[in-house]
Amino acid sequence: MRPLHIIACVKVVPKPEEVKVNPETMTIERGEVRSEINPPDMNVLEMALTLKEQHGGKVTVVAMGPPLFAPYLRLALAMGADEAYLLSDRAFAAADTLATSYALAQGIRKIGDYDLILCGEESSDGATAQVPPGIAEWLNTSQITYAEDLEVLPDSEMVKAKRELAGGYEVIQVPLPCTASVKVGANEPRFMDMERKAWAESDGPVTVWAASDMDVDPEMIGLPGSPTIVDGLAQAESTERKREFLQGTPQEQAQALIERLRAYL
Amino acid sequence: MTKSLYGAQEASAIWVYLEQSQGQLGGVSLELLGKAHELVDGRGIPIVGVLLGDQVSGLAQEAIAAGADEVRVADHSLLRQYTTDGHAKVFTEIILDGKPDILLLGATPDGRDLAGRIAVRLRTGLTADCTNLKLDEKSGLLIGEVTGFGGGILAYIKCPDNRPQMATVRPGVFPVPEPDTARQGKVVNVPAKLSEKDIKVQVVEHVVGGGVDITRAEVLVAAGRGCHGDFTLVNELAGLLDGEVGWSRVPVDEGWVSRDGMIGQTGYVTRPKLAIICGISGAFQFTVGVEKAETIVAINIDAEAPIFEAADYCIVDDMFNVLPPLVEAVKKARGGNGGR
Repeated sequence: MRPLHIIACVKVVPKPEEVKVNPETMTIERGEVRSEINPPDMNVLEMALTLKEQHGGKVTVVAMGPPLFAPYLRLALAMGADEAYLLSDRAFAAADTLATSYALAQGIRKIGDYDLILCGEESSDGATAQVPPGIAEWLNTSQITYAEDLEVLPDSEMVKAKRELAGGYEVIQVPLPCTASVKVGANEPRFMDMERKAWAESDGPVTVWAASDMDVDPEMIGLPGSPTIVDGLAQAESTERKREFLQGTPQEQAQALIERLRAYL
Repeated sequence: MTKSLYGAQEASAIWVYLEQSQGQLGGVSLELLGKAHELVDGRGIPIVGVLLGDQVSGLAQEAIAAGADEVRVADHSLLRQYTTDGHAKVFTEIILDGKPDILLLGATPDGRDLAGRIAVRLRTGLTADCTNLKLDEKSGLLIGEVTGFGGGILAYIKCPDNRPQMATVRPGVFPVPEPDTARQGKVVNVPAKLSEKDIKVQVVEHVVGGGVDITRAEVLVAAGRGCHGDFTLVNELAGLLDGEVGWSRVPVDEGWVSRDGMIGQTGYVTRPKLAIICGISGAFQFTVGVEKAETIVAINIDAEAPIFEAADYCIVDDMFNVLPPLVEAVKKARGGNGGR
């Protein structure tokens, strides 16, 4: 069994319950909003750290975003990751999935010598599980989406995982290097190690790379590199509902409800 | 700008990826054909279904009845089961040969796995997880509606220059069209160049079926945090109503149930006639998956729970106080012994 180099891609997202929309301008007000590591990415960190415990090696965290994301990467170091890279440049901003997956792939390529790239299944702020297969394509790795029970098979250079299907599942085996998206709830993320916390906050290796530090085509990142554009925003319309509160004891409420649901019985 | 492998001038037609499993067309594929048919209404844009599999050409007629003008079938024994390698290779070749303007796929696990991979291979834009589609009146561009953040924000996304304009669409957001068996269409066999060395994926185990498709349920009983992992009464009520059982995210995160029946932004979008929602507070991420229900009943212990904003009939109480008399009342109403 050889040690593994695992890349854990994480995203820092605004806490969804705190995001507000300005109804007049239809813009998203992020000013007062607190951020967090995208909750599905906590499953990524846990899976990466578990695999490191089993096989040895190291866990490298990669994120893209503004410099203020660095403290969140230190949280990942406190959990047990070895080093972190923040791809941070205004030129990366406003990227869609094509430009995002390209920039992340180029960052990972520069870090190099990876065996397994783990991503979250989705991000809570609206992205949609399309970045992991994108990274896999840019780097020409195998891929497993919606993976759980992932294991690296000793000696065979293969990774095996259970994968969600519509109305079922499959177990597949693909060669390393592999990019996998980790199914939400695939594991129970650990807490940070309080002894590592002080180290992570003061000496934890967080490297910030600007676009110029990486081999990226400026036309393929950020807004210019994004073929999709937002054509407009709107508030979701909600259907008018009767909102009738039924009164009385549970028996009376049940009876009142039955009267109203006759058509469906 | 990242250039796609072909441009808008060369592109034409709306293509729908026809997802099949064990000789059955996925419901979302039929939904997409129906929607495509509605989108092109009177514009003379052809709708092409693409079917990849092993001896699947028998399914082409079903796709034509649902709205396809043409079905391209790639039959190959190595396409019997979905693999990223095999399907991405063959599908990319078919796309580069036919150059669709628009390419729609279902946002199923396999649909997303494939779409995310080939969008990068084709260097094009992908609007993922759409909840609606339209064609822009003037430009004819595809506009995909996606939901973002918690607050019920809809964003409209387009892909002006790169082709194909790709979108994945949530299962259940469009109705399955009534099959029109009199519709005529063309079935074209296309070559699938594939050898064993192209596929590095080994499928060790493959289990589908037996599961329930809650997007098709006419009656849905859903439970969340308030059930504390006990679905007994919820199952009983659903059984009495010939309905299905679903849940919010909390039971999945708590490990009480799998994701198979999860409703909402990251789960299934359902459109039942009746939804009875028990012990679910009703965050936007959940309600987006039931708001198309004809009638919604909410039972929740917290009178302030947002679910009551989205319900027709509201009962403020612990679901375990309300469900026993409700089960009894349903039994009585259906003729004493629990109905059919």
